[in-house]
Amino acid sequence: MNLTQLSLPEQAIFVLAALVLLVSFILLSQTRLTAAIHAFAWQGALVAVVAALVGWVGADAHLYLSAGLTLALKALLIPWMLHRLVRRLDMDAEREALVHPALVALTGTLLVVFAYWLVLPLERLAVTDTRNLLAISLATVLMGFWMLVVRAQAVAQVLGFMSIENGLFLGAVAATRGMPLVVELGVAFDVLVAMILFGVFFFQIRESIDSLDTDRLDRLAETEEEA
Amino acid sequence: MTWLWLCVFTPALGGLALALVRSLRWAGWINLGVSTLSFSAALALAVQVAADGGFTRGGFVVDAFNVYLVVLTSFVALTTGIFSRPYMAHLCHEGRLTRRRMRLYHAMYQGFMFTMLLALTTDNLGILWIAVEGATLSTVLLVSLYRTPGAVEAAWKYFILCGVGIAMALFGTLLVYFAAQRVIPDPEAGLSWTHLHALAHQLQPGVMGVAFVFLLVGYGTKVGLVPLHNWLPDAHSEGPTPVSAVLSGLLLNVALYAVVRLKMLTDASLAGAGGAQLTGHLMMGFGLASFLVAGLFLHRQRDIKRLFSYSSIEHMGLMTFAFGIGGPLATFGALLHMLVHSLTKSAIFVTVGHAAHIAGTQSLARIRGLIHTQPGVGWGLLLGVAAIAGFPPFGLFTSEFLLLSATMDTWPWLAPTLLMGLAVAFAGLFRQIHPVVYGHAPEGQRAVTANMIPVGLHLLLVLVLGLYIPALLTQWLDQATRLIAGTGVL
Repeated sequence: MNLTQLSLPEQAIFVLAALVLLVSFILLSQTRLTAAIHAFAWQGALVAVVAALVGWVGADAHLYLSAGLTLALKALLIPWMLHRLVRRLDMDAEREALVHPALVALTGTLLVVFAYWLVLPLERLAVTDTRNLLAISLATVLMGFWMLVVRAQAVAQVLGFMSIENGLFLGAVAATRGMPLVVELGVAFDVLVAMILFGVFFFQIRESIDSLDTDRLDRLAETEEEA
Repeated sequence: MTWLWLCVFTPALGGLALALVRSLRWAGWINLGVSTLSFSAALALAVQVAADGGFTRGGFVVDAFNVYLVVLTSFVALTTGIFSRPYMAHLCHEGRLTRRRMRLYHAMYQGFMFTMLLALTTDNLGILWIAVEGATLSTVLLVSLYRTPGAVEAAWKYFILCGVGIAMALFGTLLVYFAAQRVIPDPEAGLSWTHLHALAHQLQPGVMGVAFVFLLVGYGTKVGLVPLHNWLPDAHSEGPTPVSAVLSGLLLNVALYAVVRLKMLTDASLAGAGGAQLTGHLMMGFGLASFLVAGLFLHRQRDIKRLFSYSSIEHMGLMTFAFGIGGPLATFGALLHMLVHSLTKSAIFVTVGHAAHIAGTQSLARIRGLIHTQPGVGWGLLLGVAAIAGFPPFGLFTSEFLLLSATMDTWPWLAPTLLMGLAVAFAGLFRQIHPVVYGHAPEGQRAVTANMIPVGLHLLLVLVLGLYIPALLTQWLDQATRLIAGTGVL
């Protein structure tokens, strides 16, 4: 693929998509909650702009709608809800100790390589730009998974969960110019309901273990032996 | 079509209405009424399909494969509703649940039924995903209903793990849509299962292969396949009993249904490229691993509900394995097994709810002598376990026998493994349940008011299915087998 042969908006799409992935790395290692929520909001905004640009390049009006929806939901509403929750739970200043930060980030880069390898079978379809974006979106999804694994703080886990959604939406935009509208609305609805439920759970978890460190949720381990 | 709408959307409206009903008495009865209405509509739909065959209209698809699952789902919803009305009211009087949570319970119960019926009948793969995710969302708060630390932990685990799994499935769905765009120009029809199935042989095999891996891992998390099963025993054991019954009896089936529908697409696409065995082998591997691992885990359980959760994993593994083998006999057996396992497992969970109520604990070591204290519950549990372990007169014997014969036909060297797995699971169940039923009842253990009608009804149906399968059902299952495996068994 020759980058210089692409039009300006197409190049912008690549740059922005790369930035989405960069934000994933920031999310992975940002231990201050407020800053992490800000980073997540930026990721949502970037994905929305990518969607709008893809819509503009392909003259696809329905993508503007999805972009608007994503901007409203992922860049504004969900970060706002998270901020409010964090303030109500008095965790503004809370920092999480990350074990082996270098190793975590290094594994992140391996996941990116893995994502590129995984979409190799799609190469034969001869749509190189799609392949690149698809790999980035899959990498964002995998980074979200990785974040769920390494971060024990419940709010950080929710950010991981939501950034997986961002990656999936980016993939939908990249590969297929978005899903049918009914499906996109349904997925957005599910995400919103999930966010509300997460809010409820923060309080339930706090009530039960007096912290939001999910590593302390360990009563149901299979190794538990009662004589 | 009217019947379909009535069957699927009654629970949705009922759930909304129940969120507003304050009276506990009324809520229980309305819940029951909604389920009855939905079940009657499902029966009418089944009669219609039996007479005129299936149809695809208005974004819904009804064929032999899903119509029997719709009837099954609404039937178990009804019987569990019958059980849950006095049971939940009792919990509320005991003070374990507040009025607000009871409202949440009733509203979410119907909401859950709606998402499952929608997932079963929708023609759109995207909506299938939304509905399966919706089923998770509507049940997480039910799992944590007691607000004990264990319940909250189970619900969080359930939420995160299933959320992650289902994200995989969405990526898979996306890839299917990607492949479809090359074949179906109309973007709105690109996720329609009927359209895709008609043109499946033209779909890019490379893309579909990758897509199926994501879809299997994604929906497989909800089926409870090892090693993605971690959430299942927790979620099924910490929630209230009616929730365990519908989760184990119904939700797992719906997830497996999704996997099989997508396998049909992928198989047709891969057949041209000579890789038709990929989906089957993957499913056989995951299925057999789940079946064997869960069977072993049965031996070390300390909690009666966890015991039966692992038994669910074991049976889901067996079904996945059978769908993986794929021939007509194995498919027929797996379809029958879905039916009888649901009926038996929900009956067992209802009985276990009563047993835990009698003993005041879920710990296997402290529930003793049920048959002396309350013969109805003791016998219910004993017969239920006999049925789930695959004893001859019951329906599970028939289906497991079919699966075993199918394995001997196609993969003879796997048959001993299968037999051994069945024996291990059987031993695990009986070793744990024997003292629970026959042991010495502790002093002061007293009978409780138990409603064993749903249990009796379910076990009777399983018994009947073991002795004689009605011609109508055989015909349906055979049609579904034709749809999935290409040829029927009749």
